[in-house]
Amino acid sequence: MNARNTKVMNRFDVTSRLIAKLKHEEAVVGGIGNTNFDLWAAGHRPQNFYMLGSMGLAFPIALGVALAQPDRRVFALEGDGSLLMQLGALSTIAALKPKNLIMIVMDNGIYQITGAQPTPAAGVADLVAIALGSGLANSAWAVDEEDFERLVDAAMSVDEPSLIALRIDDKPGVGTTRRDPVQIRERFMHGLGVREPL
Amino acid sequence: MATAEQQTSSQAGAGSGDRSWHSIVLQTLKRNEISLIPYVPDRVLTPLIKNLHADPFFTTFATAREEEAVGIVSGAWMGGRRGAVLMQTSGFATLANTLASLAVPYQIPLIMFVSERGTLGEFNYGQSLVCRTMRPVLDSLALEHHTITRLDELEFIADRSIKQAVTTQAPVALILNPLLTGGKTFDK
Repeated sequence: MNARNTKVMNRFDVTSRLIAKLKHEEAVVGGIGNTNFDLWAAGHRPQNFYMLGSMGLAFPIALGVALAQPDRRVFALEGDGSLLMQLGALSTIAALKPKNLIMIVMDNGIYQITGAQPTPAAGVADLVAIALGSGLANSAWAVDEEDFERLVDAAMSVDEPSLIALRIDDKPGVGTTRRDPVQIRERFMHGLGVREPL
Repeated sequence: MATAEQQTSSQAGAGSGDRSWHSIVLQTLKRNEISLIPYVPDRVLTPLIKNLHADPFFTTFATAREEEAVGIVSGAWMGGRRGAVLMQTSGFATLANTLASLAVPYQIPLIMFVSERGTLGEFNYGQSLVCRTMRPVLDSLALEHHTITRLDELEFIADRSIKQAVTTQAPVALILNPLLTGGKTFDK
């Protein structure tokens, strides 16, 4: 991982930068743990979906949203450990080529929430190389915050799925997601215009 | 392998007036506006998967794992599109965590068609053992499930179960028994 000439960024900072760019009710799916906490802390939006379990399914869930609503951009925020649990999903997404799906991988090389144990990939595997090898041609490491913002802008204007990976530090998430799955799902469906509140 | 293929394709049928089990499943999905069908393959499901691929109403595709397929149809439901997952018994066995942490607590009408291996002439010891874990897992999560053995009951059970899943926002497993499908036989 040190071989890469990329800056170590902060999850909450880059999540806030991403959210600030969303002007069209884009959907955002937050993976479990700190990814989710920082999404919540960056400012709750009805178009945010917060996972409370099922580690590794942020990209598949976002893919489902993207297939259901092809005119809406859909983001997914996933940790490196979570992505490792479901690498096959990258090939599925590459095969389907959803034009509106943007995957963001927050890589700190550790299972932070369970006590910061290193993942098996830490120091040996390159997640962007894996994504490229899975068929996701529009995959890149963000060099720094400015580059991350540039990559997000680019991803929002292309007609193919994009994957952006960044190295992040080991700072814990800033907020704590409220753990009410039904309320989270209902709010999300209202936010996507699928349902009206009672 | 060729013989096993023959075994299933002999029941495949083709025409729209066809009352094969897989044609009934396809028509029932269509009638209930279920159009997104991720699957992990199974020999017995081959004619259904083939016909779903051939029908432009459906978006049908393979996933690398059953959990992934459940994530996809869950996301699609929240986005306003209905889906169903096709898998075999051993694939269901990989789903306990996803059912307990996504489909059940978020109240998502996850519709699962499970081709039943491990019973009525199973030849693979691993399949017969894993089959015995399926209903205890479904029962322990209080999940609605039905085992379909008869062609004349298939449409009723599938159609009503799908409607119940959607209206009660709860997952359902429809288990396709070898008595219905012919199953897979040890003749390769």
